[in-house]
Amino acid sequence: MLSMLLALAAIWIALELATHGIFLTPRNLYNLSIQTSVGAILSCGMVFVIVARQIDLSVGSLIAFTGVLTAFAQVRWLDGHPGVAWILSIVVGLAIGVGVGLFQGWWVAYRGIPALVVTLAGFLIYRGAAFMVADGQTIAPLDETYQRLGGGAAGSLGVTASWVLGAAACAWLAWQVWNTRRERGKYTDVPPPVWLDVLKVVFGVAAILAFVAIMASYPDRTKLDDNGNGPGMGIGIPVLLLILVVIVLSFLAHRTRFGRYVFAYGGNPESALLAGINTRFLLVKIFVMMGVLSAVAAVITTARLNAGANSIGQLAELYAISAAVIGGTSLAGGVGSVPGAVIGALIIQSLDNGLVILDVGSAPRQIIIGLVLVAAAWFDVVYNKRRNR
Amino acid sequence: MSAPLVEMIGMHKHFGALRAVDDVSCELHPGEVVGVLGHNGAGKTTLIKMLSGVYPDDGGTIKVHGRAVKLASPRDAQRAGIETIYQHLALADNIDAAGNLFLGRELLTRWGTLDIHRMAHEAGKIIRRINPSFTQTHLPVRALSGGQRQTVAIARALYFNAKILIMDEPTAALGPGETQIVKDLIMSLKRDGIGIFIISHEMRDVFDVCDRLVVLKNGKLVGTTKVSDVTEDEVLGMIILGKSPAPRAAPGAPPA
Repeated sequence: MLSMLLALAAIWIALELATHGIFLTPRNLYNLSIQTSVGAILSCGMVFVIVARQIDLSVGSLIAFTGVLTAFAQVRWLDGHPGVAWILSIVVGLAIGVGVGLFQGWWVAYRGIPALVVTLAGFLIYRGAAFMVADGQTIAPLDETYQRLGGGAAGSLGVTASWVLGAAACAWLAWQVWNTRRERGKYTDVPPPVWLDVLKVVFGVAAILAFVAIMASYPDRTKLDDNGNGPGMGIGIPVLLLILVVIVLSFLAHRTRFGRYVFAYGGNPESALLAGINTRFLLVKIFVMMGVLSAVAAVITTARLNAGANSIGQLAELYAISAAVIGGTSLAGGVGSVPGAVIGALIIQSLDNGLVILDVGSAPRQIIIGLVLVAAAWFDVVYNKRRNR
Repeated sequence: MSAPLVEMIGMHKHFGALRAVDDVSCELHPGEVVGVLGHNGAGKTTLIKMLSGVYPDDGGTIKVHGRAVKLASPRDAQRAGIETIYQHLALADNIDAAGNLFLGRELLTRWGTLDIHRMAHEAGKIIRRINPSFTQTHLPVRALSGGQRQTVAIARALYFNAKILIMDEPTAALGPGETQIVKDLIMSLKRDGIGIFIISHEMRDVFDVCDRLVVLKNGKLVGTTKVSDVTEDEVLGMIILGKSPAPRAAPGAPPA
């Protein structure tokens, strides 16, 4: 984890130098945070999928399918119900995500078709289905409230709310560390060193406050005064959704039976079965989760575009897998972490963003990100060899 | 003799046309260690997997404490007090000792979330009772030695108060010192009144710890005999030739 953070820091410094100080401006970091959200949400879910020795190649197509359906429901079916249309349309999208997850999970778990095949089929099916929903048309414009979910001037928390949220996050972090210490103290005579916990809190609080300060210092360009100053944007709503996803999935991974069983299944499927775990239903739940997260990603993407189109989400599955792998998830199963996947997504998006600033074309950008992926996988192989020796 | 802990009566299991287990009966008493012997493919693992709930039987009756039970899943067997320690130990390599010990039966907080600290504490307690030198309970079990992994597997069975223990090749992956630890442990479990089925190829171990032997060949019962009544050569004869050594043994092929 520490090595990934160092890699990210190195990339940021290199890009900052290469772009002559453009990369680490509040404006670019705000954009980077919005750009990363969708990929990071997907890669968090992909961690569970890969840890359980599965794969999901249908993610990008599913984003298109649920995105178009959400837009279609909002604009065509629920036209004339302003206020509730956007909420109901999101429910439609999420329901489709659940349905597709059930469908794919059933084929994998109860019919024994490898996930690679099932989701490859899904990759074709849902993109085609996305086209058929509106006969290939782009559906726009979308509800104004809905658009805020995509970020931007209207889709950010503003300065005050951002600081309140930041303060709450700091308090929660401190409480979390203290509580872990107390729980552990019940059963052991030698608690971990105090300085380590203090260091955790100090670094965590510093990171949270720095993030909020940067987001708050990017002026809202729609409300500039005569001197060119405006109120800060604050944290973007897509980032807020990402934070929510990270909290929920981290909790699932570490504190629930579901998460424990996902890791146990990835470590040794037979042992999970012999321990009496319903491994088939476990796999179905994983695919349902990925379906729901795809639908969430579709909401952010369509809200940001202010349109539902069947071309969205292309290559999203491959970026999500790449981010998870760069973030330390092992394709052999059993190993992976949600925060790692977020850092992986941030590394990919930082490279992409920085290289765009440097005016590098999309083809060389793909090559560079591909090489980073190979390097990360190689690191994983070397690390595993060391550890097993 | 006390009432049997387990009775398996007329057990059948077939995979397609293959009769893996064909009308086999045996029983296990409290404080008794019974060795299940036979070649590869003789049906011993299949027989034992019916008792541990992995394979549903195709006929026959299993009684635990004299009551007929239906063992449709590993969970059912666990509920009946039957714990199984598998040859490949059935541990998830990437999870620590506590996580493996409680796998499938985690301790929960009142919120329904994993009580990680209590599980770590309980696991440490029972593991040290078995093997006082084993303190690395927080490491993924891949980092542990064969004996330590065996300790985790046995601790799992003990924590949940197994009355009936099934051990599949318990010493296969172990060095001499660790084998001795496991043998000592088996003897101490026996004194506690736990009944143990052991599947093993290691004739030396079988004669050291078992009270009785059940020998299978081609899915059929060759015979059941007390260890004190036979020699190693006679047992090998039962396994290889499928013949009972003497009239005192239960039904089997007549001497050639």
